Amino acid sequence: MPAVGTSWGRYPRAKQTVAPLHWRDEGLPDAEGSVLAYGNGRSYGDVCLNDGNTLLHTRGLDRYIAFDPASGILRCEAGVLFADILDFAVPQGWFLPVTPGTRYITVGGAIANDVHGKNHHVAGTFGEHLLRFELLRSDGRRLECSADENADLYAATIGGLGLTGVIVWAEFRLQRIASPWMAQETRRFGNLAEFFSLSAQSERDYAYTVAWIDCTARGDRFGRGIFYSANHAPANAAIAAPRQRRLSVPFTPPISLINGLSLSAFNELYFRRAHEGHEIVHYEPYFYPLDAIGEWNRIYGPRGFLQYQCVVPPAAAETATAELLRTIAASGSGSFLAVLKVFADRPAAGILSFPRAGTTLALDFPNRGAATFALLDRLDEITAAAGGAVYPAKDARMNGARFRQYFPRWQEMRGAIDPKFSSGFWRRVME
Amino acid sequence: MRKVLIIGATSAIAEATARIFATRGDALFLVARNADRLQAIATDLGVRGAVRAAHATLDVADFAAHQAVIDQAERELGGLDTVLIAHGTLSDQAECEKSVDALRREFNVNALSTMALLTTLANLFEARKNGTLAVISSVAGDRGRQSNYAYGSAKAAVSAFLSGLRQRLAKSNVDVLTIKPGFVDTPMTAAIANKGALWAKPDQIAAGIVHAIDKRRSVVYLPWFWSLIMLIIKHIPEPIFKKLKL
Repeated sequence: MPAVGTSWGRYPRAKQTVAPLHWRDEGLPDAEGSVLAYGNGRSYGDVCLNDGNTLLHTRGLDRYIAFDPASGILRCEAGVLFADILDFAVPQGWFLPVTPGTRYITVGGAIANDVHGKNHHVAGTFGEHLLRFELLRSDGRRLECSADENADLYAATIGGLGLTGVIVWAEFRLQRIASPWMAQETRRFGNLAEFFSLSAQSERDYAYTVAWIDCTARGDRFGRGIFYSANHAPANAAIAAPRQRRLSVPFTPPISLINGLSLSAFNELYFRRAHEGHEIVHYEPYFYPLDAIGEWNRIYGPRGFLQYQCVVPPAAAETATAELLRTIAASGSGSFLAVLKVFADRPAAGILSFPRAGTTLALDFPNRGAATFALLDRLDEITAAAGGAVYPAKDARMNGARFRQYFPRWQEMRGAIDPKFSSGFWRRVME
Repeated sequence: MRKVLIIGATSAIAEATARIFATRGDALFLVARNADRLQAIATDLGVRGAVRAAHATLDVADFAAHQAVIDQAERELGGLDTVLIAHGTLSDQAECEKSVDALRREFNVNALSTMALLTTLANLFEARKNGTLAVISSVAGDRGRQSNYAYGSAKAAVSAFLSGLRQRLAKSNVDVLTIKPGFVDTPMTAAIANKGALWAKPDQIAAGIVHAIDKRRSVVYLPWFWSLIMLIIKHIPEPIFKKLKL
């Protein structure tokens, strides 16, 4: 189990005092300096870190408050994990409205990062399914926030990176499902133009779409990948339960196991072995393939890794995505898991929400020091020139000028931020 | 369906255990000092599936109030067949060395109140020839160590009391379970980084408790490897033990 106070990328490292929160009637503990809520440490960089200050560990706030099995409205404390909600709700025919690629995140973290998933084109972000939450401020006030009540704080807290106070509990809508199974269609694509046409087609028929892209491919193979589309399967999708073996990386290897050679070989194999067509799969391996490998983040070695996730607007999507991929392929860096997804044009739930119309690319880079940071700066140039943005929940290095360009509404946060709250990320981008 | 009374219901291990009972559709009566926290837990257990989740406040040091709370649990649940006693304080060893009052307070909460509750409950279950009394003692009670012998000796008293009670009640078909947890990762210990392999989650301990109750065990170390660790610690000869820094 990762130590409280680290982030998923294991970079940067921070030293904080950890103060646990366990009861929703409790006030905030006295702390010198600033405080920041810390859930399950699944954000990658420093939005969940507060070096030299205090983290308020919220996992002890893990109680349900109310569930209406007729409407699917759930109210629970903010430290409840998505994994717990699935265990609780799926047998009753309900599912998370939106989920990222790991179920080991807290409800509070899902709100603070306004997370998205493979169904963005139909369901938007998690914040769009939120009805209300309670915010505990450092002056002791408890504010119930919704679209009608304390609406400014509501919009500032969704995607607000934990800066507006502690989310104590939240109420949101689940979606109805008929079974725990997914009906999935798999198709290879040979280049980016094919990806965009497949995506446009699939979005009409499927609630979930995402593509794996071979970030090492060059020449004829450039832009190749595998497109996955899926819907929740009907109740009679009766098949034998697939068995998911739980693997784990038992220790941190002394060096990164990901290098250029192992990666392109792996990608070649993955592309060739993908079997196209239709199949029924359980929701767990469908949504959370990496959750089957406990602490997979350790394969990048003790220096950790950086994830880069950006979005580029529709007009520039194909050219900018191609340029990003060419730059990554030329660098010989990058990772096996590179993901491409088209976001729909929907009004953002929060002031600092990341998803917006366009194409999003996400991939990991082992931390190789200056070379990695220089590469990410070059990717930032492409993203910025296209009018795009980088996802704070994945970031550990973008500079303040870039952040303010990516999130032009950032000044609207000023009145909402709790003066006692801060994070490593926020101090970095406000420099 | 079990009808379960939990004393010290706001402790992390007790709450995790109550959640397992709740998801099995059992009925629960929760007892602790803080009403708001009991309410938060009871509501949660109801959402998780408990047929009933009622609660009452009690300070276990108020011995005169024990009987009324047990009666109330019986009324609310329409009977009673399983009791988990989980209350306790982690004594401040240094304070107990300086102050006899502190030592007496710790013994009152960690040993005497438990024995008093068990005396009442044992008579109730013995007459009915049915029921389970599960009590959280501690590995600390297996051998006094300089770092926490105030707490350890109180838990030793509880373990010895349970051993005798188990013998007495065996012929009445009443199970007495002694639970000895090792290190448990609760919110109180969240700040300790790099917890080693010896640390367990309250969920794991809770699963072990419910399993031991179902299997009608007598004594259970949780996780199991603590039985080996304590076997070794109990058998270190005194001349050597005296010089150790445990």
